[in-house]
Amino acid sequence: MTEARITVNGKETPIAPAAPHTTALDFLRERGLTGTKEGCAEGECGACSVLVARPGVNKPTDWVAVNACLLPAAALDGQEVITSEGLATVGEPGTPATLHPVQEEMAARGGSQCGYCTPGFICSMASEYYRPDRCAHAAPAGGTEPADAEHGPNGFDLHALSGNLCRCTGYRPIRDAAFAVGAPTDEDPLAQRREQSPPAPVATEYTRGGQVFLRPATLAEVLRLLRERPDAVVVAGSTDWGVEVNIRSRRADCVIAVDRLPELRELRVESDHVEIGAALTLTEIERSLDGRVPLLAELFPQFASRLIRNSATLGGNLGTGSPIGDSPPALLALDASVVLADADGEREVPLADYFTGYRQSVRRPDELIRAVRVPLPLSPVVAFHKITKRRFDDISSVAVAFALDIEDGIVRKARIGLGGVAATPIRALAVEAALEGQPWAAATVEAAARILQTQGTPMNDHRASAGYRSAMLGQSLLKLYARTTEGVSS
Amino acid sequence: MSHLSDRPEKPVVGVSMPHESATQHVTGAALYTDDLVQRTKDVLHAHPVQVMKAHGRITALRTEPALAVPGVVRVLTGADVPGVNDAGMKHDEPLFPDEVMYYGHAVAWVLGETLEAARLGAAAVEVDLDELPSVITLEDAIAAESFHGARPVMLTGDVDAGFADSAHVFTGEFQFSDQEHFYLETHAALALVDENEQVFIQSSTQHPSETQEIVAHVLGLHSHEVTVQCLRMGGGFGGKEMQPHGFAAIAALGARLTGRPVRLRLNRTQDLTMSGKRHGFNATWRIGFDADGRIRALDATLTADGGWSLDLSEPVLARALCHIDNTYWIPNARIAGRIARTNKVSNTAFRGFGGPQGMLVIEDILGRCAPLLGLDPTELRERNFYGHGQTTPYGQPVTQHERISAVWHKVQENGGIDDRTREIAAFNAAHPHTKRALAVTGVKFGISFNLTAFNQGGALVLIYKDGSVLINHGGTEMGQGLHTKMIQVAATTLGIPPHKVRLAPTRTDKVPNTSATAASSGADLNGGAVKNACEQLRERLLQVAATQLGANASDVRIVEGVARSLGSDRELAWDDLVRTAYFQRVQLSAAGYYRTEGLHWDAKAFRGSPFKYFSHGAAAAEVEVDGFTGAYRIRRVDIVHDVGDSLSPMIDIGQVEGGFVQGAGWLTLEDLRWDTSDGPHRGRLLTQAASTYKLPSFSEMPEEFHVTLLENATEEGAVYGSKAVGEPPLMLAFSVREALRQAAAAFGPGGVSVELATPATPEAVYWAIQAARRGGVSGNGSARDGSATDSAADSGSAADGHAANGQVRSDAKTLSGA
Repeated sequence: MTEARITVNGKETPIAPAAPHTTALDFLRERGLTGTKEGCAEGECGACSVLVARPGVNKPTDWVAVNACLLPAAALDGQEVITSEGLATVGEPGTPATLHPVQEEMAARGGSQCGYCTPGFICSMASEYYRPDRCAHAAPAGGTEPADAEHGPNGFDLHALSGNLCRCTGYRPIRDAAFAVGAPTDEDPLAQRREQSPPAPVATEYTRGGQVFLRPATLAEVLRLLRERPDAVVVAGSTDWGVEVNIRSRRADCVIAVDRLPELRELRVESDHVEIGAALTLTEIERSLDGRVPLLAELFPQFASRLIRNSATLGGNLGTGSPIGDSPPALLALDASVVLADADGEREVPLADYFTGYRQSVRRPDELIRAVRVPLPLSPVVAFHKITKRRFDDISSVAVAFALDIEDGIVRKARIGLGGVAATPIRALAVEAALEGQPWAAATVEAAARILQTQGTPMNDHRASAGYRSAMLGQSLLKLYARTTEGVSS
Repeated sequence: MSHLSDRPEKPVVGVSMPHESATQHVTGAALYTDDLVQRTKDVLHAHPVQVMKAHGRITALRTEPALAVPGVVRVLTGADVPGVNDAGMKHDEPLFPDEVMYYGHAVAWVLGETLEAARLGAAAVEVDLDELPSVITLEDAIAAESFHGARPVMLTGDVDAGFADSAHVFTGEFQFSDQEHFYLETHAALALVDENEQVFIQSSTQHPSETQEIVAHVLGLHSHEVTVQCLRMGGGFGGKEMQPHGFAAIAALGARLTGRPVRLRLNRTQDLTMSGKRHGFNATWRIGFDADGRIRALDATLTADGGWSLDLSEPVLARALCHIDNTYWIPNARIAGRIARTNKVSNTAFRGFGGPQGMLVIEDILGRCAPLLGLDPTELRERNFYGHGQTTPYGQPVTQHERISAVWHKVQENGGIDDRTREIAAFNAAHPHTKRALAVTGVKFGISFNLTAFNQGGALVLIYKDGSVLINHGGTEMGQGLHTKMIQVAATTLGIPPHKVRLAPTRTDKVPNTSATAASSGADLNGGAVKNACEQLRERLLQVAATQLGANASDVRIVEGVARSLGSDRELAWDDLVRTAYFQRVQLSAAGYYRTEGLHWDAKAFRGSPFKYFSHGAAAAEVEVDGFTGAYRIRRVDIVHDVGDSLSPMIDIGQVEGGFVQGAGWLTLEDLRWDTSDGPHRGRLLTQAASTYKLPSFSEMPEEFHVTLLENATEEGAVYGSKAVGEPPLMLAFSVREALRQAAAAFGPGGVSVELATPATPEAVYWAIQAARRGGVSGNGSARDGSATDSAADSGSAADGHAANGQVRSDAKTLSGA
């Protein structure tokens, strides 16, 4: 095995002597690339955002912005990274660097004040700048009016910046900069890079100080390792494990990365189900499905931030078993199941039977989530209500997902998934029963809403009171009803 | 026009310029304190030993286990302090405490070859504690009479007579939240010692001179043996005015004891759990209005949550009292202030420095009382504006009272308020589940440090033989654009293009005895000093130019880098002029100085004219609220703000917008929660991460945001006719809170006084909606003991009929979970 190394701003850089748990952020800073900043060390502020060359959705390669604070440097073995320093073109000695178009707009429009969050904004903005289908959503030539509050006339989706925090500007000049950038030129080397294949995954065994970071080449090898190393921590995007390392100072002797295994990265639409690979990032799923599963399409913009969605996976969200993960309520409402693989084969478990307790599931330590299956056809009336303090990038107080079949005014089938009201995500079975076979009418809906607000045992904490959480369960059904009957927007 | 405010021909001030470091910001080249670590050899890393109990006396501190951890070099304890073991200016803040005063108090620091080693070392230090009872909440502190520091009372007129004159009297209580600064760059210091054991400290500090002073007294050195430099800060907002000193002192102590550079950088959790915040307040009040809704009397007690030590709590409280009037004339007032002592971090300066807290009290009162008086809140506010010849409750004349109405009317005109008010009424009539509301609020904010001595600034301006200019001044750059403005001031005074001027990092060995870059005063004080230094240089150069041009010096002007005499076409380029001056042995450096004239303040009597002038502004905010959840959006905000004649319009608009959103964060979103239980983690900050303490993101930005600077607004008393801008716009965000209150009320029958907890999170708004729907009865069933009733004899004159039921008490505790 060759020495682990990362191509940073076009220059190959050995990962050693970083520890296996060293974050990409610390790795970059220790090599003098101090433009990448630590603001929170938990993937919330985006000051550490960098660009990584990843398999593309519409082109061979996408420039994907990720939180460098959460990703172990070893996970980038053989990969290509661009930082804010690498976006500007260095000129002849004595002449100033030529700024990248997003840097130019940010500097000229007052997009930086203290400047500390700025390099991270630049990378997130550059990622959206290079999104191949961005310009397809641009206004006709000469149009300057934003398409809506969250999309620029240049097709720029503000959600690309939902994982970046600025404490100085109030965001308006940053939005103006984002909405002013044009299309990349043909000579732009990063635009050209998108046409080439992404860096291939590199099998990695990076060992130092008694710790090892492993990226096996095959699923079979991972499943064998899981039997041998029950202590191993499995990571995909490392968005959860990175927080454990940074905030709770957890260290693992063995970390196994599975996010580039081909068997975990397929998305297939079959006649009776959609199968979603457990290691596809949420962004990849969102763009590949392109609205084909409307409930998921409603979920994605509310799931963490674009920076997190660029790394996080459904496998990870289900694997951690958190009761406040955002995908389980939606997947419960979709009647989804989980495909678990071990060295001997696979089994499929309905998600409703998957969770067994607080961060506990039926998954054995030697099993890996390979895929999630969503049965077809889909129920047509869907909604995902996430109750939070902040609209972008917040953790839910409660989340409610609905999937209903309503024919001739009668509810034929109801599936309701709840998060944040119990030790595990749950189905609201009593409410489903109260709705099924009943008319979709004010009286039955109000009765069902009263049942819904008694579901689970919500708690009082810093996010919300128990009373508010319970009330929001009932309100979410009333809101859905109003939406279907009065055209109230979600 | 005064000499200070007069602008020459083709001034560089007034031109929109990007931040002077914008290119470095966007490329990542800009250096912050902790970025220097990789450029420094043999650095040791410091990690705190935090004790996770709210209160207790230390009975034993065993450091040996830490020294056994590989890579640990030394453990710093109180025994190592050669000077004074104190990190504050009030001598109540031991750097190494014997008594743990809050959950997370650092009692020792471990130095390691790596941060990982220092962290493991800190975890190995053993601390024995005799736990003591603790006071966590403001309510408990008030009940226990746990107070410290001054107890000022501000008196004006005859309060009893004022109430006797009042047609309507209301009472109420209001408790509102603290706020975390959340500068993106956490506290950081890097200390080095030189061959003479002198100390050089790179510190992320708004107050380098005070950092220097504290480090010197901790180390037992004189100030001339300690130099502090601040390259720039990744945000400050007041959080780095007094809080950095102890961290710098730890790094300096470590460097002195080991001879190696020591780096101290708090991670976010440490920063959140160890550094002070904006003071939360409790206010109890009684207010009297005449039959037309004019305030006759106000009797209020404001209690600030000071935390464990005084820090800046006394001046913060003083500014709160001085701003309870905001834009309103209160002829008879008795306002008492006190500072609660609680077992929490020591609360400190935060943008507005008590001003927002004082003003929030009166704005909340007016928002709650307007329906009880049967008046539109905009009308009630306008009716109470200061008029000609009126003075503040502390005795300062409000000289520009007309600007209060000028910005008020301008913002309504810009925002098309009349049309939109009609549109909103139509929208609300058509939408049972969604309501919109628009509120207008104003700001009057006093500029100058209350303590007169701080109102001075210094600068050192150097002109080199090649014509390039280097400015040193006492102010620090934290993103507010001070350095950009100083370049513009220097270029304007010297008559040269801005690219000829560079700024040196702020250092205590260039300009001594500086004031904090705080109180919005940075540009006023340092601008005055830079201008003064440049004027001295210009006068010398004009003499040289006059000789060269064969003219009288008083007829020579330097404009855009060329000296000319009036009525002649002879020219002398700046670079030639400077070179000539050098060869004529003319001094090309000057120290500048500025003191704000005309201030006086009697802190004991709580009277005087502490402010040079007032900054004014008004905002109109429109919100849309979802009746199902209480969730909301800020649809549109219009602002007209008075910055005098702007020194740098793009910078000023950035300050207005950023301040507004930060204020909206405090009032609506940012939610510090503490463990108030009797469990093992009593006193712990529950929201100690970005994942649990939410600051505004893109989703809180107003969808439409129009900021206009008041035109023709020359301020005679400040540099080039400008006004301070840093703090005042934060308080424009009251408009958002008042709009939310009105939107919640729109779900109810009308005429109802709506209570709104602060922060007005979606949950708080939801309970306010529920209360409004019930006609003003409290929301979520928990006891709300306070009530407010119109106690005047003729309350029948209140137009609404709800006055008797109108409960005017907001109570954040009903939402505080835990």
